[in-house]
Amino acid sequence: MNKSKHPIVLEIFTALLFLAFLFPFLIVLMNSAKDAFQITVDPLGMPEDWTQIGRNMVSIWTNGNIRYPGSFRSSIIITVVSLLAITMLSSQAAWVLVRTKTRLSNTIFFIFVAAMVIPFQIVMFPLLSWFRTVYTLTGLKLLRTYFGMVLAYVGFGCSLSVFLYHGFIKSIPYELEEAAKIDGCNRFQTFYIVIAPILRPIHATVMVLNGIWIWNDYLLPLLVLGKGNRIQTIPLAVANFAGAYVKQWDLIMTAILMAMVPIIIFFLAAQKHIIKGMVAGSIK
Amino acid sequence: MTDKQENRIVFWVFLSPILFAFLMVVVIPFFIGAFYSFTNWSSAARANEVLEFVGFKNFTDSFKDPSFNYSFILTVVYTVLNMVAINITAFLLAVFVTSKLKFRNIYRVGFFIPNLIGGLILGYIWQFIFNNAIPSLGDLIPAFSFLTDPKNLILANRNSAVLALIVVGTWQYAGYIMMIYVAALESVPAELHEAARIDGASTAERIRHITVPMIAQAFTITMFLTLVQSFKQFDVNVSLTAGGPSTMFMGKPLFGTELLALNIYNTAFVKLQMAMAQAQAVIFFLVLIVISLVQVSINKKKEVEM
Repeated sequence: MNKSKHPIVLEIFTALLFLAFLFPFLIVLMNSAKDAFQITVDPLGMPEDWTQIGRNMVSIWTNGNIRYPGSFRSSIIITVVSLLAITMLSSQAAWVLVRTKTRLSNTIFFIFVAAMVIPFQIVMFPLLSWFRTVYTLTGLKLLRTYFGMVLAYVGFGCSLSVFLYHGFIKSIPYELEEAAKIDGCNRFQTFYIVIAPILRPIHATVMVLNGIWIWNDYLLPLLVLGKGNRIQTIPLAVANFAGAYVKQWDLIMTAILMAMVPIIIFFLAAQKHIIKGMVAGSIK
Repeated sequence: MTDKQENRIVFWVFLSPILFAFLMVVVIPFFIGAFYSFTNWSSAARANEVLEFVGFKNFTDSFKDPSFNYSFILTVVYTVLNMVAINITAFLLAVFVTSKLKFRNIYRVGFFIPNLIGGLILGYIWQFIFNNAIPSLGDLIPAFSFLTDPKNLILANRNSAVLALIVVGTWQYAGYIMMIYVAALESVPAELHEAARIDGASTAERIRHITVPMIAQAFTITMFLTLVQSFKQFDVNVSLTAGGPSTMFMGKPLFGTELLALNIYNTAFVKLQMAMAQAQAVIFFLVLIVISLVQVSINKKKEVEM
């Protein structure tokens, strides 16, 4: 085989595939810069006037139906608070589960692992009626609130997270904790001063896996927050707008662009961690 | 305070917040759901009324329901085709981006990007491509003028709409699966390939006899992930086809591209048959567990054989 020729053919072929994979995003970008008329007559052509993209963005930003600024803020609040809660609560739970060698501790860990196979579909209807029951019994409002939404993400995210932390913490030598004890740390201090900093790489994996899921999730917010209510996430806002009967594709494309840009910027900034985290999470 | 007491306090202080969330969101609803599937639970508003126990009626009714049966068969077909399409694409991409290409790191990132965007948004993008961009090709190129006919829209025909779901599913997921193959391929020692090349093995032979057996464990993972992902597909289904176009099955008109997850959702919130939807979700859960156990055990056997 001709060694110098082979990679060039493959290089061109892969480059073409690369362009094909990104072509749908180019379609979004081009069509975000068209007005309602141009997008219907010429969806594949270059936009006549790129400044249209700014006007489209302003109309998405100010659209009362999609409520972009509020949805963006809600998505950020829900994702950030859920991630902080998941990493903090799962790591400390995993730590005591690893370090406590009792039957109860093993059973709890086993239940967390077993729950990973439960598909969301089987709990979604009872979850709604249970949240409603909790409200009538205790007055604690879980539907259509940030608290309920974050609680749901912590509940659904914790199985995988506890499992990942558990595997990682097992490999940390116990001598470290004994040394901390001799130095006068109590158990709480041992975790927060000695163990927590060691967990940084696995924190990254857990945050990436849960973060991408939570940011993009549609079904769970649809059920817990509902359509068109006070709190809505970006996927809900886009679905509300794009799922409407009359398709304003110029504005839908702009809304999609504005929903994608934050996550693509975030990805390009933290690319290495994200890819490593997602692959590590799948292999464990 | 003794060590033992301290450990017990720390155990419960550290564990209880996550246990609370887990019980509230997963464990309690799971058992309520299993219970509801045997009752006449009808709508969310009546959840607090006295429930009547109906035995297996919801399950037997589900198997008589044409739309559930249809979605079940469709989901199995979709899952098989989607698994094959994603894994072949991802494996080839992984082989490409681990060879000595100049821009291999850029390619990796490009193939991976669709996976970062939610299925809902990806579905809308492709709905625009199938419904607007592709027909407009017909205006640009006379030979493709048949594309402008609304009857020839890809999403207007049941079979091509299912294919469209597979195309989008593959585009969405192949980059992620590729990364798992990349990690596995890079762990195969280069000496093995060297030795085989000296012995005169071709590229195809080396892939077949060295690479594939060496990364058997990765296949178990990727098959499992794509199986579960395809079987549970919901977001792309909602935004790309919303279940349409209609088709006939068991003498009844129904949604031609409605996968199981969407079918269960619609049974609950459109047809308002909550108990039946819950029974269908239980069936969904059991089937998913059985087929993923079968898949993992088959793959594991292959791993041992090497």
